[in-house]
Amino acid sequence: MLRRRIIPCLDVRRGRLVKGVRFRDLRDCGDPVDAAARYAEAGADEIVWLNISAGDEAWAELLHAVERAARRVDVPLCVGGGVDGFERARDLLLAGADKVSVNTAPLDRPELVEELADQLGSQCVVVAVDAARANGSWEAHASAGMRPTGRDAIEWSREAVERGAGELLVTSIDADGGHGGYDLELIAAVTEAVQAPVIASGGAGGPADMAAALGAGAQAALAASIFHDGEATVADVKQEVAACGLPVRS
Amino acid sequence: MTAVTIVDYGAGNLRSLRAAFERLGVGVEITAEPGAAERSRLLVVPGVGAAGPAMERLRATGLAGAVRAAADRGAHVLGICLGLQLLFDRSEEGDTECLGLLPGRVRRIDWARTVPHMGWNDVAPAHPDSLAGTLPAVCYFAHAYVAEPAEASDVIATTELDGTAFASAVGRGRVAAVQFHPERSGAAGRELLAAFLRRSGDAA
Repeated sequence: MLRRRIIPCLDVRRGRLVKGVRFRDLRDCGDPVDAAARYAEAGADEIVWLNISAGDEAWAELLHAVERAARRVDVPLCVGGGVDGFERARDLLLAGADKVSVNTAPLDRPELVEELADQLGSQCVVVAVDAARANGSWEAHASAGMRPTGRDAIEWSREAVERGAGELLVTSIDADGGHGGYDLELIAAVTEAVQAPVIASGGAGGPADMAAALGAGAQAALAASIFHDGEATVADVKQEVAACGLPVRS
Repeated sequence: MTAVTIVDYGAGNLRSLRAAFERLGVGVEITAEPGAAERSRLLVVPGVGAAGPAMERLRATGLAGAVRAAADRGAHVLGICLGLQLLFDRSEEGDTECLGLLPGRVRRIDWARTVPHMGWNDVAPAHPDSLAGTLPAVCYFAHAYVAEPAEASDVIATTELDGTAFASAVGRGRVAAVQFHPERSGAAGRELLAAFLRRSGDAA
């Protein structure tokens, strides 16, 4: 039986692990490769890295960190942030990432999803949908949540999958960093709209929140600070998810 | 000494595969050179991406012929993920003619609630002695197509997805392949790769 996945997310800036609230007020949390290896050892089903630095030098530092992670970590690694086109997606895969996530670039140029899927395969193309509540639905945001696009996030999710996205990483901008639980209505709306796997993100305050996100239809639940700050372990979360009757990898 | 040769046809992400073998203490050579591939004793055909472009590159580089020649010579061949699919006759993905080392076809997963099949799932042995007792195991999958071997005896292990079982490990003689990613399947993957190495070592 296909297991639900628990995914620690590492925000990476210039090769360092950082965490902030609503993409702001960043603080240093150590080496992302150490953290990824530690989480893999602790039972994480996958690791997500989101690069939040800009510039060529930071990109080279990111690739170097991905290479180090690929040698040490034996669970899948998804990397995104700053992937502005085909070349950078391929860079990441060649460095050792298993999947790449794209957010702003395909909102500006949706055909990019097809190009990536055709050349690299759908299974390694993750479209990150950052969504904020607006007018009774959700609006897709670009540029790390800073730029509203006017596009309906559910419509955009559907289009991204039609164009070849193998997975959606859906983050509630409203809930992110608030520890008040995921936006379960957003998760349910997206999972009903698409036939691709969905990773729920934004708002985890504890194991019960992650179980609720999976119960709402997500195949995977992602969290950052509750793991980094030691509020919960991956094992704590899996125990809670299993208690809710959903299959997890032990 | 080089124990494992990984065929490099631009399929990406060979680093984690190389690292997985190196963690088992064996030497790894990554080559785009048909001669080196043909001479190897244990040849790994990796692959992410789409069948069409992958076969095009394998043919353009001469590696397609080298893999067939190595298999004819009695080398051990291990296909991984797309590499499994490429070992069969034909893939529905881009209507692609493949390597033809195993009889059968590759078709899209059209029965599951979500596609791709993404995540950790059970790999159940089709025979009691499958893969030296390393099964059952829970391994990591990321694929939208599955192989349908023409011969039931070529199925080493199966995996169930939304009520339908598919061949997740296949093999015949010295040709074997897995649909999941052992290099990304933690301790379970490590044991499977070790079993393949033992098997090829014993038979050499």
